[in-house]
Amino acid sequence: MNEEIKVNKVLDLKGLPCPMPILKTSRGIKEVEIGQVIEVLSTDPGSLADFPSWTRSSGNELLKTDQGGEVTKFYIRRLI
Amino acid sequence: MQNIEAQIEELKSQISAIDKKIPSNKISMIVFSGDMDKVLAAFVIATGAVAMGMEVVMFFTFWGTPVLRDKNKKSGGKDTMGKMFGAMLPKGTCEVKLSKMNMGGMGTAMMKSLMKKKNVASLDQMIEMAQEFGVQIYVCEMSMDLMGFKREEMIDYSNMSYCGVATFLEQAKDSRIQLFI
Repeated sequence: MNEEIKVNKVLDLKGLPCPMPILKTSRGIKEVEIGQVIEVLSTDPGSLADFPSWTRSSGNELLKTDQGGEVTKFYIRRLI
Repeated sequence: MQNIEAQIEELKSQISAIDKKIPSNKISMIVFSGDMDKVLAAFVIATGAVAMGMEVVMFFTFWGTPVLRDKNKKSGGKDTMGKMFGAMLPKGTCEVKLSKMNMGGMGTAMMKSLMKKKNVASLDQMIEMAQEFGVQIYVCEMSMDLMGFKREEMIDYSNMSYCGVATFLEQAKDSRIQLFI
């Protein structure tokens, strides 16, 4: 169930409000190879709704969302 | 046999005709407003759309046009009306005001300081972001002429050109989303 996700890059976007989390993620994800995974740290409450939308529209895969206190972690696999 | 070939040809031409009617994954925006809040929203949507994998074109017209002036640039050769408009309209992003609660500039100043405190990107930062993301900006030639603006007083922006209504409509026709702000 709780298998480890191999993360290739961490994007620390704490403290950045909308629209920066998705802008920076759309750029940051290009720095890993297709198939690799990034971990995004966000404190923006809107991110919870935005990352599923962003991954669907941009054609990437949201593997897991970790909600722990203020910081939410998103694990996203680059597919395109 | 020949009949089938003819049918295939006809289907092919029908498909290509349908293909031309499908809009691109593109968003076209008219930025008519020169209010700080509305223009900011336009740029947030524009950059967000690029992040979502869309192509974005923005058309600045009327009150939106002076937002793209560069406060550090000067231009000569204007007539009296042009000089008057030039002086009365905002000279770039630093002079644009909120659409509500401006309160003689106090509201706008408060909003700007609040945005800074909350880490919200300023209009200048959003324009810079839009440039990095490849957002295409068109400026309405008629508005430029009407208000007496010269091209040399506009900001340096790599994807900026000047056009008329047909350019906008051609792009809008081929877009999935069209917004008027």
